[in-house]
Amino acid sequence: MTDVKIKAKDVQVYYGDNHAIKDVSVEIENNTVTAFIGPSGCGKSTFLRCLNRMNDTIDICRVEGTILIDGDDIYDKRVDPVQLRAKVGMVFQKPNPFPKSIYDNIAYGPRIHGMARNKAELDEIVERALRRGAIWDEVKDRLNAPGTGLSGGQQQRLCIARAVATEPEVLLMDEPCSALDPIATAQVEELIDELRQNYAVVIVTHSMQQAARVSQKTAFFHLGNLVEYDDTSKIFTNPEDSRTESYITGRIG
Amino acid sequence: MPLLWLFLLVLALAIAAFVFARSRVLAMSGQDRRSLHSLPNYYGSNAAMKSAIPALLVLVIWLIAQPFYVNSVVSDALPDSAIAETSSRSLVLAEVRRTADGLDLAVSTGTMTEDEASDTGAEVAAVTETLEEAGAIVTAQITQPVLRAAQQFRVLNETGHQIMTIVVLLIAAAGAFWGIKETRPDFRARNVVEQGVRVLLIAAASIAILTTLGIVLSLVFNTVEFFRLYPASEFFFGTNWAPSFSGRGGASDLGILPLMWGTFYISIVALIVAVPVGLFSAIYLSEYASPKVRAFAKPMLEVLAGIPTIVYGLFALLTVGPLLVSVFGEDGLGWMQAGTAVMTAGLVMGIMLIPFVSSLSDDIINAVPQAMRDGSYGLGATQSETIRQVVLPAALPGIVGAILLAASRAIGETMIVVLGAGAAARLSLNPFEAMTTVTAKIVSQLTGDSDFASPEALVAFALGMTLFVITLGLNVLALVIVRKYREQYE
Amino acid sequence: MTDASMDSGPKKGSLTTVDARTKKRNAAEKRFKAYGIVAILIGMFFLVVLAASILRSGLPAFTQAEMKLEFVLSQEEFDAAEGQLLKTKAYEGIFISKLQDALTENGMSVAFDAAAIERLLGKPGSMIREYFRANPDKIGTSVTFSLPASSRVDGYFKGRVSRETVVDSRFFEAKDLDLVDALADAGIIVRNFNWNFITGSDSGVDNPSGAGIGVSVIGSLFMMLVVLVLSLPIGVAASIYLEEFAPQNWFTDLIEVNISNLAAVPSIVFGILGLAVFIQFMHLPQSAPLVGGLVLTLMTLPTIIISTRASLKAVPPSIREAALGVGASKMQTVFHHVLPLAAPGILTGTIIGLAQALGETAPLLLIGMVGFIARAYPEGVVSGFIDPNSAMPAQIYTWAARADAGFYEKAWGGIIILLVFLLTMNIIAIILRRRFERRW
Repeated sequence: MTDVKIKAKDVQVYYGDNHAIKDVSVEIENNTVTAFIGPSGCGKSTFLRCLNRMNDTIDICRVEGTILIDGDDIYDKRVDPVQLRAKVGMVFQKPNPFPKSIYDNIAYGPRIHGMARNKAELDEIVERALRRGAIWDEVKDRLNAPGTGLSGGQQQRLCIARAVATEPEVLLMDEPCSALDPIATAQVEELIDELRQNYAVVIVTHSMQQAARVSQKTAFFHLGNLVEYDDTSKIFTNPEDSRTESYITGRIG
Repeated sequence: MPLLWLFLLVLALAIAAFVFARSRVLAMSGQDRRSLHSLPNYYGSNAAMKSAIPALLVLVIWLIAQPFYVNSVVSDALPDSAIAETSSRSLVLAEVRRTADGLDLAVSTGTMTEDEASDTGAEVAAVTETLEEAGAIVTAQITQPVLRAAQQFRVLNETGHQIMTIVVLLIAAAGAFWGIKETRPDFRARNVVEQGVRVLLIAAASIAILTTLGIVLSLVFNTVEFFRLYPASEFFFGTNWAPSFSGRGGASDLGILPLMWGTFYISIVALIVAVPVGLFSAIYLSEYASPKVRAFAKPMLEVLAGIPTIVYGLFALLTVGPLLVSVFGEDGLGWMQAGTAVMTAGLVMGIMLIPFVSSLSDDIINAVPQAMRDGSYGLGATQSETIRQVVLPAALPGIVGAILLAASRAIGETMIVVLGAGAAARLSLNPFEAMTTVTAKIVSQLTGDSDFASPEALVAFALGMTLFVITLGLNVLALVIVRKYREQYE
Repeated sequence: MTDASMDSGPKKGSLTTVDARTKKRNAAEKRFKAYGIVAILIGMFFLVVLAASILRSGLPAFTQAEMKLEFVLSQEEFDAAEGQLLKTKAYEGIFISKLQDALTENGMSVAFDAAAIERLLGKPGSMIREYFRANPDKIGTSVTFSLPASSRVDGYFKGRVSRETVVDSRFFEAKDLDLVDALADAGIIVRNFNWNFITGSDSGVDNPSGAGIGVSVIGSLFMMLVVLVLSLPIGVAASIYLEEFAPQNWFTDLIEVNISNLAAVPSIVFGILGLAVFIQFMHLPQSAPLVGGLVLTLMTLPTIIISTRASLKAVPPSIREAALGVGASKMQTVFHHVLPLAAPGILTGTIIGLAQALGETAPLLLIGMVGFIARAYPEGVVSGFIDPNSAMPAQIYTWAARADAGFYEKAWGGIIILLVFLLTMNIIAIILRRRFERRW
C-alpha cells in the first residue's frame, strides 16, 4: 500500500534573503513513518513546518513551489490554514501543554473545530485520544489536574494525544524526543510506531538511531537540499550519495 | 542664614583636612608614592570623611532633637492655670510657638528691639499690638503665661543653636585631627575610606525605608490625634460628609463613606474605560501589529502616560465636562447638571490609565512562551482562538495584577478628581452627578486656612491613612501576583 | 481507514473549499482583530483630541490685545497737566484727546468718554505721567505707548466674547465694541505676542490679562535643582549598593520591598508626608521650593533607583571581572568602570524622573505652593529656595480653579509651556539613549 499522501514539488523557502530550502521534491506515503534527518540548520524542521503552513506565523518567511495533500495545493489562496492544520497535526520539540487541565488540553482542539455535539461525545473523544497517546492509564484518575504538572515524557505524550484528538490525517513531529530522557523516549517511539496504523507520520530527528528504529522511509537534508530519499533500510546500509554516507558514518554533522 | 554658614564651615574644615593629610603622607613618604599603602588621595579622603561626616550627622540629629527638648521644657514650665477649660496643652503650645515666631519676625523687621522682645516685664497688650504691626499672625489670646513661655522658648532655642554650632565645629575639628594623626604611609587608608563609602551607600539605600517610616508615622500620629477629637466609628461608618468651616469640632460631620463611594465609583468608571481599550491595544500590539505599526503606535500610546495629571484635570474640567453636558445635560438628555461629574472624571482618568494597562499587559502577554502559541496553531486554532483560549488564560494572573495596579492608581489619583469630579460628597448611583473622593477632600481640607489642630484638618490624615492602606494592599497583592506569574515562565 | 472514529471530524471535504464552521471562525477572527484596531484608534483619538484642545485653547494665551498709540506731548501740555490737582486724570484727558486725533486722522469718528477708555484699558494716566516724569527729555518727541487691553477686549479678539454674549456691566458694555472695532480698524488696537505671559507673575483674581507664568517657572526650576542635586547622588548610591554590594538578607529585602511600594504610593500621600514631616515637624518654611523639592525627591527616588539599577545590570560581568583581575578593589571596580559605563542610562532615567516630578501637582498644593503665591521673582539664590513661590503645575491649577473664564486660557497656555519643558527633557533623554546606547 503505497498511496501518496503528501506530494511536494520544487519547494523553495526564503527567510528574508536567506534561501533556506532549495528545490525540495518529495512524496510522503500514508501509513508510513517518514524520518527527516540531517545536521543542524539543514532545513529539515523548516520543511516540516511548511507541510502545515506553520511558517505563516513568521512574517519574513516566504514559500514557493507546490505542496499537495490528497491532491490539494495547500498554498492555494482558497485553502484556510486553520482547516489545513486540523488535517495535519503537529507535535513540537519541547512539550508545550497549555496551562489548563489535562482534560481541557485534549478537548481544546475538538472544541474549536466543533467535533462534539455534547459533553458525552467530548468525553469519549478525550478518552480515545488519551488512549491513543498511550497515557490514559496514567492520567485517567486526574483529568482535572493541570497538564503542566506531568513529567516531561508524560507531557509529550499528552501533546501527541492532543494532536491526535482533532483526528488529523498527517502527524508532523519536530524532534519530539529531544527534551526527553531515554525511558520516555522509548515510550514515545513505541507510540509513534502504533500511530502509523492510522496516519502518515513525519518525524524530524537529530538521532540517526531513532530514525532507524521508528521510520520506514528516510530523507536526508543537507544545507537546504534534499540529498537522498529512500527506504530507511537502504539509506542506513547502502546510501547512494557520498554526503549521506559521511553523515551516517559521523564524519559530518 | 547661619545654618548654611555652619554647613559651609564644616565643609571647609573637611577640605582643609583633605589637603593637609594628603601632603603630610606624601612628605612622610619622601615623595615616593610607591612606599604608601594606598594612593595619596585616600589619605586625604580619610581625614575629610572623619571630619565632615560625624559633624554633619550630629548637626542633623541636633536639629531634629532640639525642638522636642525645647517643647518639653516649655510645656513643663507652663502652669496648668494657663490652659483654658476648652483648650488643651498642645493648643496652648502651638500658641506659644506662634508668639515666639511673631517675636522673631518683629525683631527681624525692626518693629521691636531684641531687648523689648525678651523683656519679661513687658505689657501683654502692647506686645500684641507691636506684633500685629509687624504682620505676625496673632490670635487675640496672648496671655501673660503664653508670652512668658514664648520668651523662654526663644531663649532656649537661641542657646541651643549656639551650643550646637560650637559642638558641631568641635566635632569637625576633632575628626580632622584624628584623621590627620592616623595618616602614616603604612596606614590602610583605602580600606577605611571604602568602608566609609560603603556605609554611605547603605545610608542612601535606607532612605527608602525612612520614607516609608516617615509616611506611616506622620499618618499614624495625626490620625490618632484625629480620633481623639472625633470618634473613629463615626468616621468609618458615617454616611454624611459636612465639615464646618468655622468652629472647632462639634458641628462637623466627617463620615468617610460618601468619599469612599465617590472614589470607587470614579475608579470603576475609569477601569471600564481603560481595561478593555488598554487590553485590546496590548493584544493587538503584541499579537497582530506589524513591527512598523508597533513602532509607531506603542510610543504614541505611551505619550498619554507621560502627560502630567494636571493636564488631564484641565481636560476634564474644560473639554470633556462641557462636551458631556452638551449631550447629557439640560439641552440633551437632561441627566447632567454640570460639567463636573463622576462620568467626567472617570472617563478622563480612564484615558490616563489606557497606556498604563496596555504597556503592563503587553509585557505580560509577551512573556507567554511562543511554544504555547505554536501548540495551539498546530491544532488548527485561529489566532483569535489562540489568544482568547490559550494566551489570555496563561497571562490572566499577570493581567489581573496589572488591573489591580491600575485600580490603585485610579484610587490615588488627585488632580483629575479635584478638577473634574466636583466638590459635593454624596451617596448616589447617578454617574452624571458630581461626587467627590478621598484625595480631593485631602486637598481641600489641608489647603484652607484651617488650624492644623482642628478635626477638620486632621481628618485629612485619617483619609490619607485609609488611602495609603488601600493602595498599599492593592500594590502588594498585585506585585505578589505578577511576581508569581513571572516565576512561572522563567 | 479502518478506525471507526475516522468518519467524524471536520476534515472530510476538500481543502480548497472552506466549510461553514471555518467561515464562522474566520469571521470571529476578523472581529477580534477589529476590536484591537478599534482600541488602538480610541487611544490615538483621545491623544489627538487632547492635543487639539490644548493647542486650540492654549495658543491664544500667547497673544494679547494691546493699544498702541504714538503721540507727542508738548512741554506746555506737560506743565499744564502737572499744574492740575488731579494729575493722572489730566494725563488721561490728554491720552483721550490724542486718541481722538488718531482716530480722526484715520477718517473715523466714534464718540467715547473716559469711562469707556477705563473699561478698555484701565487707567492709562498714571503710567503716562510716570514715563514723562522719569524721562523729561522725551517731552516734545514722538513716543509710542503700548497698553494691554482688558481681558474682555482681549476675549473679543480671540472669540471668547462676542456681541451676542456680552453682558453690560461696569467692566464692559456692548457699545464699547464699536469703539474697539474702530480702534482695530485704525490699527491702534493690535494683537501682539504676550511676553508678559511668559515672564510675568500671577495677577489678581479679576485681572486675567495680567497673569504670567514666569515666576512659577522659576519656582519649578529651583525645585528641580533640589530634586536633581538630592535624588541623583542618593539614587545612584542606593542603586550601587543594592546592585553591587548588598548581601542577600532581610535588610536588603526590606529595602527592595520599600522601593517597589514607594513607586506606587499615590503622590498625594507624599504631600501629606511633606506637610507633616518637613513643615509641622521640622518647621521648614511653608510654600518654599526647597520643601517642594524635598517632597518631589522622595517621590522621584524610586523611579531613579529602578532605572539606575537596570543600567547597572546591563553592564556585563566581564567588565567587572576584568577590573578585579588587575587588582582593583570592588569599590574601585564599580566607580572606575561600571558606573561610567552605566552613566548614559542613569542620566536618561534621571531626566525622565525629573520630567515626572516637574508635572506633579498634588503634593505641592499640600505644602502651600499654590499659584497665587507666585507674585514676585525671588531676590537671590537663597531666597529662590526658601521664599514662598509656586510651580508651573500648581499655577495652572490655581488658574483653572478661578471663576473668571479669562484664566482658563492662561491655564491652557501654561500647559503648553509645561509640555514644552517636558518634551525637551524627553527628547534629550531619547537623544542620550540613541547616542550612547551600547549593546554588549
